[in-house]
Amino acid sequence: MEKALRSKKAICFFIFPALLWFLAIVMVPVLQSTYYSFLDWDGFTQAKWVGLANYKEMFQNDLFWLAIGNTLVLSAGSVFIQLPLAMILALVLASGVRGERFYRTVYFVPVLVSSTVISQLWIKVYHPRYGMLNTLLDMLHLEQFKHEWLADTSTALMAVLIPMVWQYIGYHMLLFYSAAKSVSPDIIEAAKVDGANKVQTAVQVVMPQIIPMIRASTIFAVIGSLKSFDLVYILTNGGPLHVTEVPTLQMYTDIFSNRDYGSASSIAVFLIIECLLLTLLVQKLFSKIEKRF
Amino acid sequence: MKKKTKIITRIILFLVAVIQLFPLYWMITFSLKGNQEIFGGNILGFPQQWLWENYRSVFAETNVLRYMVNSIIVTGLTIFFTLLLASMATYAIVRLKWKLSRAVNMIFMMGMMLSMHGVLLPLFINLKPLLDTYWSLVLPYVAFNLPLAILILVGTLEQLPRELEEAAFIDGASIYRIFYTIILPLLAPILSTVAILTFLSAWNEMMLAVTFINSDSVKTITVGIMELVGEYSTNWGQLGAGLVIATVPIFIIYIALSDNVQKSLAIGAIKG
Repeated sequence: MEKALRSKKAICFFIFPALLWFLAIVMVPVLQSTYYSFLDWDGFTQAKWVGLANYKEMFQNDLFWLAIGNTLVLSAGSVFIQLPLAMILALVLASGVRGERFYRTVYFVPVLVSSTVISQLWIKVYHPRYGMLNTLLDMLHLEQFKHEWLADTSTALMAVLIPMVWQYIGYHMLLFYSAAKSVSPDIIEAAKVDGANKVQTAVQVVMPQIIPMIRASTIFAVIGSLKSFDLVYILTNGGPLHVTEVPTLQMYTDIFSNRDYGSASSIAVFLIIECLLLTLLVQKLFSKIEKRF
Repeated sequence: MKKKTKIITRIILFLVAVIQLFPLYWMITFSLKGNQEIFGGNILGFPQQWLWENYRSVFAETNVLRYMVNSIIVTGLTIFFTLLLASMATYAIVRLKWKLSRAVNMIFMMGMMLSMHGVLLPLFINLKPLLDTYWSLVLPYVAFNLPLAILILVGTLEQLPRELEEAAFIDGASIYRIFYTIILPLLAPILSTVAILTFLSAWNEMMLAVTFINSDSVKTITVGIMELVGEYSTNWGQLGAGLVIATVPIFIIYIALSDNVQKSLAIGAIKG
């Protein structure tokens, strides 16, 4: 048996298909992206090595920083609006209410709808004349708040954030909920005996127990916002006047409209590093929080 | 006082449910209306006349069925290869004895932090001969689903006892036979979890799908919807019908497997 488990042939047979597939489609292209980011290249003519020129140009481009700023706003919106709401819902549901299963299922429904459908639906929701939002405002006699949500520079970014929060709140709720459900009943029972009410139990006993899940959710929310593409691409395509520009969209435009492969690749590399650094940062922050409990 | 908070909690839970469902309810209502009714002022209400005609014309005038079939093919192939390759790799990493197994596992785990955005251009260049075929989507979808699949499977197989395998070895079974008759059945429950996670990510993927596919005969439903938008840009009813049609299969699966789907996502997140 020992010999069979060390057989080179068997090892190659089992590991190579996945490993080669993964290296060819993920790892090699990452290296290619890095290499292209040092080139001046349109995909047709001879590529020219330009060193760090693409990065220099990228860092001097106001639109790029605007786009980064926008993704940071979306991240902040997700972390500070979506996650707390999801947490409240999850803790309430996990503490046991009538209809627990029903609400859990309903809150989760938007997560399943594909982002193209969500985007098209929200374009209709925001429609200035026949949209759901303005119609509701009319009905509630709040006409003064009506907007051309997606076309107005002051509301467009918010109009992109809202469907994101709406779609994924159920996702984070579910993660928190299942973590809260796995907290040992003994601990919760002990808190009750000590005279803690439901809110105190949830905040002081359950929440510290599920910090690893909060960390995972925070990472998902931050990374998801940094590389958001689908909703922005369809809802606003970066407009009006670039106020909803995001880096992935600029990269997309650089590849398929401007044919500036070097510049597109420098954005891609920046995104890879940015996601990596923010993941590490969030992890570091949470290990500090964890130490305090 | 206690009763009051209970009622307030109830009301809030209910309101959130309404917010989560209302846009979807609204999508269904306008999919059954004509423009006349919407422009005539019945924007949020039930349709006065249920225009099933909208659905019929979407099926008749567009390739929505074709898109659906394409999505099923692409998603099916993605799930098949992800499960197969990930279980094979997991077996090699957890059970077979070789020096580099930890290192190879680390390489896969690095993939957890990478996304398709970072490699869009190289993929577009490398996959040029395959563009406009199912494989231009299946290859990247599988590759990007492998890390999470392997992470979950390795964690599971490490916990499983080796007795069955050892007994089979003594009976003279080959390593390939043991993988097929013992390891795969042992992993079956967790494979269904991996399948659901893979399904959701492949079915909903958009960026590669809009970029790598041009022909109508290969388009997946996420791209197909963009097509419908072009065709029915001012036609609320038909566009709504198209959106509903694209969403129905996911819902059927969710209703059938709801607990399983919820559990899978939680597992995916804890591991991630």
